[in-house]
Amino acid sequence: MTITRRRGVLLGASALAVALAATACGSSSSGGGKSSSGSSQAASVSDADLQAALSAGGNLTVWAWEPTLKKVVADFQTKYPKVHVNLVNAGTGNDEYKALQNAVQAGKGVPDVAHIEYYALPQFELTKSVVNLDQFGAAALNGTFTPGPWNSVQADGGVYGLPMDSGPMALFYNQTVFTKFGITTPPATWDEYIADAKKIHAADPSVYITNDTGDAGFTTSMIWQAGGKPYSVSGTTVGVNFAGDAGTQKFATAWQQLIDGHDLSPVSAWSDAWYQGMAAGKIASLTIGAWMPSSLESGVKSGSGQWRVAPMPQWTAGGKVTSENGGSSLAVMKASTNQKLAYAFLKYATVDEGAQTRVDNGAFPATVKQLNSPDFLNKTDPYFGDQKINQVLAQSASEVAPGWSYLPFQVYANSIFNDTAGKAYIGGSSLADGLKAWQDASIKYGKDQGFTVK
Amino acid sequence: MASPPLDLARPRRRAGRRRGSLAGWKFVSPFMALFALVFLAPIGYSIYLSLYKTQLIGGTHFVGLQNYSDALKDSQFWTSFSRVALFLVIQVPIMLGLALFLALAIDSGRLYGAAFFRISVFMPYAVPAVVATLMWSFMYGTQFGLVRDIDKHFGVTLPDPLSPHLILASIGNIVTWEWVGYNMLILYSALRVVNPSLYEAAAIEGAGQWRIIWSIKLPALRPAIVIATIFSIIGSFQLFNEPSILKHLAPNAITTYYTPNYYAYSLSFDGQQFNYSATVAIIMGVVTMIIAYAVQLRGIRKAV
Repeated sequence: MTITRRRGVLLGASALAVALAATACGSSSSGGGKSSSGSSQAASVSDADLQAALSAGGNLTVWAWEPTLKKVVADFQTKYPKVHVNLVNAGTGNDEYKALQNAVQAGKGVPDVAHIEYYALPQFELTKSVVNLDQFGAAALNGTFTPGPWNSVQADGGVYGLPMDSGPMALFYNQTVFTKFGITTPPATWDEYIADAKKIHAADPSVYITNDTGDAGFTTSMIWQAGGKPYSVSGTTVGVNFAGDAGTQKFATAWQQLIDGHDLSPVSAWSDAWYQGMAAGKIASLTIGAWMPSSLESGVKSGSGQWRVAPMPQWTAGGKVTSENGGSSLAVMKASTNQKLAYAFLKYATVDEGAQTRVDNGAFPATVKQLNSPDFLNKTDPYFGDQKINQVLAQSASEVAPGWSYLPFQVYANSIFNDTAGKAYIGGSSLADGLKAWQDASIKYGKDQGFTVK
Repeated sequence: MASPPLDLARPRRRAGRRRGSLAGWKFVSPFMALFALVFLAPIGYSIYLSLYKTQLIGGTHFVGLQNYSDALKDSQFWTSFSRVALFLVIQVPIMLGLALFLALAIDSGRLYGAAFFRISVFMPYAVPAVVATLMWSFMYGTQFGLVRDIDKHFGVTLPDPLSPHLILASIGNIVTWEWVGYNMLILYSALRVVNPSLYEAAAIEGAGQWRIIWSIKLPALRPAIVIATIFSIIGSFQLFNEPSILKHLAPNAITTYYTPNYYAYSLSFDGQQFNYSATVAIIMGVVTMIIAYAVQLRGIRKAV
């Protein structure tokens, strides 16, 4: 078996071919934003037009991972039998955005409606992938949604999605574990929280107050609550400043104590080990968005009766400031051929019957009506020991600090969080330095993408 | 020269030759079509992409070779490149050494249950890389995995396989587990075609097993080892599945530019930098080609 020269070249060449396969999927695109721009702003669509679209029927593809939408889609199809909705779970969060961006670039396979979190919406608006819903009369919905979510779907004077849920933060904790370590009242301030974290971990090194391996969404929400405003955005001019931001430094200093003491469970959120850790009582609490209850109930069944909800710990004693963590909207994609029908579905799912259906099934509402309804506020849940958790969560929704904004390329920025700030969690740098590195990398990308960076 | 019969014959012959060459093209045309479609077109398209730059603000414009000069100065690219190079010089010799040992062991005929042994060593190759990595990741876990169970049971503290300084070795372990059987099979099949009369002659001359391995089996294996080495070089440079899955468990140890392929993936899927991603892929393709070709040449020279 001798190998000839020619075969050698072919072997080498096939190496090249396989190397290129990695980009092949990504590169099957670059048509460069050839999306149909058939929608003009001025044309206003009346409710009658929407009704007509609903009775005429048609097919809709909806990409979403939110579990309560299944029931909404079923009810919707019963009410409007001529509409067929194909509900696709194309991944959660970033995974879906990757698929969505690729579909938009490729110009095919784009759904009519997509589930997009508030932090990611500006990126899709900027690339003109989603439709301005003003043309369907979305501006008239002002006052229907709570202020935080409603602000999050607006950009450049347009409305680019309808809020589906919101994530005002609260402290979800396992009361059984807390009690076992002598913590009778949940920490009201972050100082108390740090003290409790050390107390728990010192008493049993296998138990942690919470897990954290560096999470961009959590970190930005914490900075938000601490009064930080590291991002400034005005059109295509953006600013990123963690190093000189007081709120950021407040958070970094506090969290560094937990990192240094190894008081945080080195388990990533949403991993299998995460659920196991909570089920085994090794991860005692989560500071997370108000949408968490349904995930806890389905993911940590054995914790039933043990978990409680308390207000988010404060930076100053007696304070009443919270922030949002996650929360998402439904948006109509520009590539949709049936935008009117798509908007009619959006309205059904977020404002009309769907809003109530989703709340009944455990979602946290973004609508004023559902949020303030006595039924919602007084609902008790055996999982949380019959605590009226919605009162705590609704209170948090009303205390969200104003004035926060995300970058128009936050999806990318979050993807490199662990390359930079993540180093702090493995002892490579301090959290403050890590956040500075994140800032530098974000600025570099922003400049490279043609933004004016302050 | 100008005699009538020749004049008649010449055009006929010419026509015949032309028909013959056409027939040849027809035979290779299915290959050529497929070759153009799945091989030349993607490469051509990637090269085309690599000459442009698309920005979120400002759209697409021609930049010539700027992406290439950027990539050659990109420390993240070189970090990822040196990582797979390190992986290559350590993992590939270990894996091929093991494969060689196993192939010789099976071929020696002194192994009880050789067929079972052969299939069980080969079996991990049949497990998809994604599944294999998930399986290993459960074992690697220090919080809820096998490592924790061992720690707890024996009261020891094993080093964390997912920590930044050990994770490359952990990936090497997974890759070795996956590919040893495959390489063993390449080497073993090369041993099977050795003419048995050589062994008989060696036995008559009084050669021992080690002498037979050294003087007959290893020279016979050389081309197969060259092939296996080239496959392994390509595989190392393309490392992707294992780090991309382990990133969920070790998000800080595995960066978005952990290997060149993972870097290309992150660039296009997270950063929407399709042009730059294509550039990285092409550079890696060329580098892989050069190294594979160099190994190839060296393998041939030694054989002569």
